[in-house]
Amino acid sequence: MYMYKRIVDAKLYIDEHYLESIDLDKISDQANFSKYHFLRLFKKSFGKSPHQYLIELRLSEARRLLKNKVSVKETCFQVGFESVPSFVRLFKRREGLTPNEYAKKLDRLEQEKLASPFSFIPGCFASSYGWNKQ
Amino acid sequence: MITRLSHASIYVLDQESAYDFYVNKLGFVEKMKIPIGNDAFWLTVCPKDQKEVEITLMPIHKGGMFNDEVAQNLSELVKNGTFGFGVFQCTDIYATYQELKDKGVVFTKEPTQEFYGIEAMFRDDSGNWFSLTQFKQENV
Repeated sequence: MYMYKRIVDAKLYIDEHYLESIDLDKISDQANFSKYHFLRLFKKSFGKSPHQYLIELRLSEARRLLKNKVSVKETCFQVGFESVPSFVRLFKRREGLTPNEYAKKLDRLEQEKLASPFSFIPGCFASSYGWNKQ
Repeated sequence: MITRLSHASIYVLDQESAYDFYVNKLGFVEKMKIPIGNDAFWLTVCPKDQKEVEITLMPIHKGGMFNDEVAQNLSELVKNGTFGFGVFQCTDIYATYQELKDKGVVFTKEPTQEFYGIEAMFRDDSGNWFSLTQFKQENV
């Protein structure tokens, strides 16, 4: 179990510091693993490499910021990417939309939710629980 | 022909606390959060890698199919751990168990070898229980 504690601590460290410049080599050192062993064990434990995991966390935070109307440029730097074009390329590859298109789509969706919330909720739930009569 | 499951519901005692549990502890993502009145939301979440199934964190309050008595009884049943919701899968149960435990999730069964894989059990913040299982490869 001690080995798992160390690998989980390394993951939790990434969870807490993913917005900063993270040196994954340093994390493996701190967790007392060789780089190779760290990569192997991390992938076995969490299904992806530390680098892939870090990128996903950053993209997930980027989606949250874009939803909250933060500009693409600001989002890019806030989540730890260093170049806007490479952030945009990566985002589009993962999301199928550029950050700008994604923000516009979310904005449209939020407007629709405000205008007609019950078109987003399965009718059986809304009528059974009486929400659409309130 | 039924092709897939899209929504499943869990009754929760407090949606705000449930949100914290499912999103910040289990690591799920929010899919929908729409106000439905009475300070309640149509609130759905899903595991990060399984976005096609929405788990509805359903508030228990009177109205519709619940009168006061039913709402109160249901709350008691949930609180007392009557309902088992389902099985969550993971790739490495020991790492997942350790991580969730570190985040304060209460386990009622430590990872244990079973004929279908390795299983642990935990409760959510309302009292609903779940299996956390790493299935044997041949069963996946």
